[in-house]
Amino acid sequence: MELDPLLLSRIQFAFVVSFHAIFPVFSIGLASYIALLEGLFYKTGNPLWSRLSHFWIKIFAVVFGMGVVSGIVMSFQFGTNWSNFSYATANFIGPLLSYEVITAFFLEAAFLGVLLFGRNKVPPGTHLFAAGMVALGTFISSFWILATNSWMHTPAGVELQDGIFQITSWTEAIFNPSFPYRFMHMGLASFLTGGFVVAGVSAWYLLRGRDVEANRKALSMCLWLLLIIAPAQAVIGDYHGLNTLEHQPTKVAAMEGNWETQNGVPLLLFAIPSKETQSNSFEIGIPKLASFILTHDMNGEVPGLKEVPVAEQPPVALVFWSFRLMVGIGVLMILFAFAGAWLRWRGQLYDHRFFLRGMSWMIGAPFVAVIAGWFVTETGRAPWLVQGMMSHSEGLTPSLTGAMALFTLIGYITVYAVVFTAGIYYITRIVKAGMEHDESGDTDEVERPSRPMSAAHIPFDKPATPPTSG
Amino acid sequence: MELIDLSLIWAVIIGFAIIMYVLMDGFDLGVGILFPFAPDEQSRDIMMNSVAPVWDGNETWLVLGGAGLLGAFPLVYSTFLPALYIGVFLMLAGLIFRGVAFEFRFKANRKRPWNWAFAGGSTVAAFAQGAVGGAYVQGFNTVDKVYVGGAFDWLTPFTVMTGLGLLAGYALLGTTWLIMKSEGHTQDWAYRITPRLLFAVLIVFGLISVWTPLVDDFVRERWFGNLGIIWVLPALALLSTYILWRAVRKRQEGMPFVATMAMFIFTYLGLLVSKWPYMVPPNYTIWDAASAPGSQLFLLIGMLFIIPIVLAYTAWTYWVFRGKVRADAGYH
Repeated sequence: MELDPLLLSRIQFAFVVSFHAIFPVFSIGLASYIALLEGLFYKTGNPLWSRLSHFWIKIFAVVFGMGVVSGIVMSFQFGTNWSNFSYATANFIGPLLSYEVITAFFLEAAFLGVLLFGRNKVPPGTHLFAAGMVALGTFISSFWILATNSWMHTPAGVELQDGIFQITSWTEAIFNPSFPYRFMHMGLASFLTGGFVVAGVSAWYLLRGRDVEANRKALSMCLWLLLIIAPAQAVIGDYHGLNTLEHQPTKVAAMEGNWETQNGVPLLLFAIPSKETQSNSFEIGIPKLASFILTHDMNGEVPGLKEVPVAEQPPVALVFWSFRLMVGIGVLMILFAFAGAWLRWRGQLYDHRFFLRGMSWMIGAPFVAVIAGWFVTETGRAPWLVQGMMSHSEGLTPSLTGAMALFTLIGYITVYAVVFTAGIYYITRIVKAGMEHDESGDTDEVERPSRPMSAAHIPFDKPATPPTSG
Repeated sequence: MELIDLSLIWAVIIGFAIIMYVLMDGFDLGVGILFPFAPDEQSRDIMMNSVAPVWDGNETWLVLGGAGLLGAFPLVYSTFLPALYIGVFLMLAGLIFRGVAFEFRFKANRKRPWNWAFAGGSTVAAFAQGAVGGAYVQGFNTVDKVYVGGAFDWLTPFTVMTGLGLLAGYALLGTTWLIMKSEGHTQDWAYRITPRLLFAVLIVFGLISVWTPLVDDFVRERWFGNLGIIWVLPALALLSTYILWRAVRKRQEGMPFVATMAMFIFTYLGLLVSKWPYMVPPNYTIWDAASAPGSQLFLLIGMLFIIPIVLAYTAWTYWVFRGKVRADAGYH
């Protein structure tokens, strides 16, 4: 069997970046939540806020550490598997990705340590300031990453000279047409992720009657937040879609499973799109709704996939179904937010076991939605790496063979399986230990901001029955 | 426009980041390499505690150097990484394993699996880095600024030699670091093995020094074409080894580590002199490898801002955690 280095590299990148995305998308939202808790504590002096903050800082420390580790692999992927892309685009992506690193280091050196370890060592105002700066820093980091990514979808401010992208305008390149939409969409996604995880964990504690007062507060404030941002995300997502329609019509056609450019396109709820037959089977749809959503006119024209040659069509079924998964979870999130508001109004919010159980099941949902969303936007750009200017096959490392790509793909899967199983297992240990866990400094650990995980002191495993160390 | 040579400034920055990385991550990788040979579990605790406050900060320089390369010398990034594909993967896997092992060993009651992950990851990463250095000396098979060689071109007897050399070199940095940071039987053990490691390092470095000019005309011409000032570097490296040997015999505590670092610095400068100004040998110089001046300048501003901060922060960390390390003692 012939191993295709292009396909394997794409699978590898998708795997590595999906795994990586889990961590920052959570830590960005969580950092803001922690800053909010610190602000409330500073203002009211109520120790309940500080207890909540203390607990979530531990989780944040581990998630941040995992994000950094998986991010290092990302920064080498561009060179190992996509060297032509790296070389051609380095004038733009080189400085931007480096600025992300610089932001992260500055944040770590200056503020992370104060946030993680400084509670009793610096004045409360300073601690609050550090919490705010960490939250801001996570946004600045994502600013650079999303500017780079958006530019690949809607390249601007550059021209190709001898196969190299030369910058003609830094502002146009950084603030390219899809950047504001993607940045807002991702920002809200981070808040949704943070909100659903905190709410879900609080609900889990409430079901077990643990630390009821603090967890009620946490659940309540998260549900207020979700009530606003879950519907807001639908609106922002719509604007993002309209922007995509303008710049990447083929991607939108794949999202809608629309083959012919036509008017009055139905919104498909179910279909099995096939690139071979250039059509869908088993279509179930709501008439004219896709046209209405995309053009705000029942009979508006929606571009079709057949506008471009088959070779320039993305993998339609993957885009189509990832999009439905993302939107489906989005709708579910809105329903949960509304259900929470209704139960609150009825005064049953904290006692409705069915709802609480549902909230704790929703912990995983935002992560799935985020990854599905990235699948839509990234595979929807195929076959382009830089929309309209450089294709995946042009960007691939020329010397890469299928066997090499397969070797590292299996390797990364193995490494990640071990490392992240340990990490996620450890996070569940921290959650199970709970806010009641006493931290009277019974540790021999060296606490350092450059080792964020040293902020959590929960044992990794149960004490060994036969002592192994002397 | 070309009032200042941005590429030259960037070459200095990258060169500085690399030697900072080699010296600093070198000793903590070395501690990992020595881990299985430690006399007992108590010594292992001491070894780990001695690098715990600093190891992650040490790796900062790797990321800073890597990011800087993509921004300032994309040709290096786009030829080295494909050419060293397997080696880079092994290095990353090794670094990740040891990093995670490090964090979880502190929290684990069963320490053995984490010990092995720490030692194995450190050893693989160190060997891979040495082989990468050897591959740089060896040069790359490029056509029109694109790497066209095979997956294992980097793996030759020469690069195996440089890999083993760096393994021994890092272990030497590790033992001399431990001499400085430990006491009692851990320190005795470190004193005992340092001369053996020094011997191994001298043999491998000697072989490399003889081998390189034989296989590489450019290097031979550079060193033997005119017997110039550059011969000071190997002389200073040899002087450093002598000082190291004497310091260990006199059981001095700080000097062995300082001398080992000096030995590394002079060897490194010798390597740079051998290849200058080639950044992707044998075809491309630092100026061929450079990105657009605007990009170099844009990123330079950020780097000049962050490097002093990282340096100050690093110095502060080492200052806070100065002195001897004990197995049980917390630092705080």
